Amino acid sequence: MFDNIKIVYHQGKQFIPDVTKAKVPGIFRGRPVISSEKVNETELMELCPVDAISASPVSIDLGKCTFCGECAKRFPNKIRFTTDYKIATNERDRLIVKEGDDQPVEVNPETVRNDIHRLFGRSLKLRQVSAGGDGSYEMELNAANNVQFDMSRFGIEFVASPRHADGIVITGPITENMAKSVQICYDAVPEPKIIVLVGTDAISGGILENSAAIERSFLVTYPVDLYIPGNPAHPLTIINGLLDLTRKRKSKV
Amino acid sequence: MIPVSDIPEIEYEDFFGLNTGFLFNSPERHCVNYFGYRVGKQVKLICCIADDSTQKIQISSCMVESTDSLDSFTARNFCFEKFEREIHENFDIGYKDHPWLKPVRYAHNRADQTKTIANYPFYSIESDELHEVGVGPIHAGIIEPGHFRFICNGEQILHLEIQLGYQHRGIEQQFLEKKKLLQRTTIAESIAGDTVVGHTTAFSQVWESLCGFKVSRDIEFARTIALELERMAVHTGDLSGVCTDIAYQLGNSVFGRLRTPIINYMQEWCGSRLSKGLVRPGRNQFPLTPELAHRLAAVLDVYEPDFLEMNEQMFQLPSVLSRFERTGVVSYDDVLSIGTVGMAARMSGLNRDIRSSHPFGLYPEIGHQPIIKHHGDVYSRVQIRKAEVKQSMQYIRNLLQGIPEQDDSEPSFENPKPNSFTLSLVEGWRGEICHCAITGDKGELIMYKVKDPSFHNWLALALSVRNNEISDFPICNKSFNLSYSGHDL
Repeated sequence: MFDNIKIVYHQGKQFIPDVTKAKVPGIFRGRPVISSEKVNETELMELCPVDAISASPVSIDLGKCTFCGECAKRFPNKIRFTTDYKIATNERDRLIVKEGDDQPVEVNPETVRNDIHRLFGRSLKLRQVSAGGDGSYEMELNAANNVQFDMSRFGIEFVASPRHADGIVITGPITENMAKSVQICYDAVPEPKIIVLVGTDAISGGILENSAAIERSFLVTYPVDLYIPGNPAHPLTIINGLLDLTRKRKSKV
Repeated sequence: MIPVSDIPEIEYEDFFGLNTGFLFNSPERHCVNYFGYRVGKQVKLICCIADDSTQKIQISSCMVESTDSLDSFTARNFCFEKFEREIHENFDIGYKDHPWLKPVRYAHNRADQTKTIANYPFYSIESDELHEVGVGPIHAGIIEPGHFRFICNGEQILHLEIQLGYQHRGIEQQFLEKKKLLQRTTIAESIAGDTVVGHTTAFSQVWESLCGFKVSRDIEFARTIALELERMAVHTGDLSGVCTDIAYQLGNSVFGRLRTPIINYMQEWCGSRLSKGLVRPGRNQFPLTPELAHRLAAVLDVYEPDFLEMNEQMFQLPSVLSRFERTGVVSYDDVLSIGTVGMAARMSGLNRDIRSSHPFGLYPEIGHQPIIKHHGDVYSRVQIRKAEVKQSMQYIRNLLQGIPEQDDSEPSFENPKPNSFTLSLVEGWRGEICHCAITGDKGELIMYKVKDPSFHNWLALALSVRNNEISDFPICNKSFNLSYSGHDL
């Protein structure tokens, strides 16, 4: 008994008091900032392993980016990755960061589907489906619920059955062999329901975009409510994305 | 690296006798890879047998037709079981006496497209007294997909069949299709998200060997430290997972939170909690500066007392021990016969550790002594994790005493040597990782083969749950913690 209390005492305070303002340690690669410096744009585009960089004006698509940092290493005056981990949004276009942009990538409450705030603003239960995720995305989703990040304090939890869920979270590029299971799981979630994509692979296919073994027609059929980029997405990116989606209010007209 | 023409090409009869003969009554030898690739209309089989006592690898090859029906290695030695199933699935080569010739992963380029993942031929027993339990592919927790089919007598498991393939992403094919080095490195990083350092190191070694590139000491230093940190992080996380599965809340929370400082350190070092971006062929992408080394020492100093205290408490609780001991046992004879590697071999007294048998990186000077347990149960696997975390800490501290001069300059690679074969072995936290590559006339990749330790070890999990209660499956599963994506590729 006393040993247990001692152990608990030795852990100190582990939880992050404010997950919206916490600082990440070290050299985290979050939202990039692109300067207007002139560089050889073809060379820059050629560098990227996933064709996430486009030219004139130079832009980076965070839905494709693997956050390897190679572009920032080779062109340090052109591209810089900030430690801003709040990069989740509900609009696919917003994931494209252009030259000169230095505003946050965030959820636009005006385009969030009606009812999401009212129904899920205080309680959101999600069913996660891994469809070719390499395991890192899944580990970070689990970490979002550990004693440090403690996402469940906001009423956001992962549940075991789609019948208990308000939506699905997809990780991985959606393999051909999982495509049917994703559909079955989605169908089993009662209406109204949301779809959240976590990680580069889920949003664009990432490095496996052109593989013959993936099958992404599910995402053509159904609208996506939230994109949470990252390779893998940081727990703080995940939590802030879900909070923004469900808690931001539309401006009153 | 050797020229492909140096690999002896022999008749199938001799190929069969040679390779099954190597393993006959020889626990010091095991098959690290056995695969086929198309050469014209024929299929070339390449078998690689490692000898741990002489540190040599015996490679032989054989040309066969895809219409052939061959004698199977498996009939002589079970450790070839999955390799032959894979060859059958990919090229339609038949085996006369393979006991279990079922699909492995339903690869997109499999020979028989009429076989689909929805109609996998499960083993079943006709009986009024038995029932089947199907789990997956989607699991209750946040983990990767796979299907488990139990045949139970009441609460007792008689048989478990594990069907995988849901995670198949065409990784090996992507290695050939993507031409840029950074693309290929990124693919290696996504083979298994919990073994990023392991697989990327294996790929880097392949590339460096193909290009005749000599790796400097600082690169090997960084890789060795990163491998040991990856081991520490995963083992700590798995101890937490095992505690969850026996409903021991304190252990779950404490080990769970202790993993965080290790992976957060990886982020300080390379910008990613799971080490993506750290290992690059020929290059020291993120030099381990003296300041970073100092930080690492400080992280370990804070981590260690909490880790040890939690372990001491956990291993003296009768309620914990009664769930660990004699649960999920796999005998020495079984692990030897099915050819498990890494932790899943060392738990039952079989010494399989590439760090000591075929040392790479800085392991030759570390003089690694594998940690070996003998009971093959959950307790052995948990003890190995605890002991290996302590050992890794020791290695890291010793390494930090002599930080080599760091150099982050751009490497200049020559073109990969044409018509060559290369094989790279790395001991990841889970066990032996083997990557093989073959180049064509112009030095282009024509074959890339990845083998994650899970490829061998999934069968050990299936055997471990026999005669256990079905409620003990989660703890058995977590104590192995095998990779779905590493297996399915």
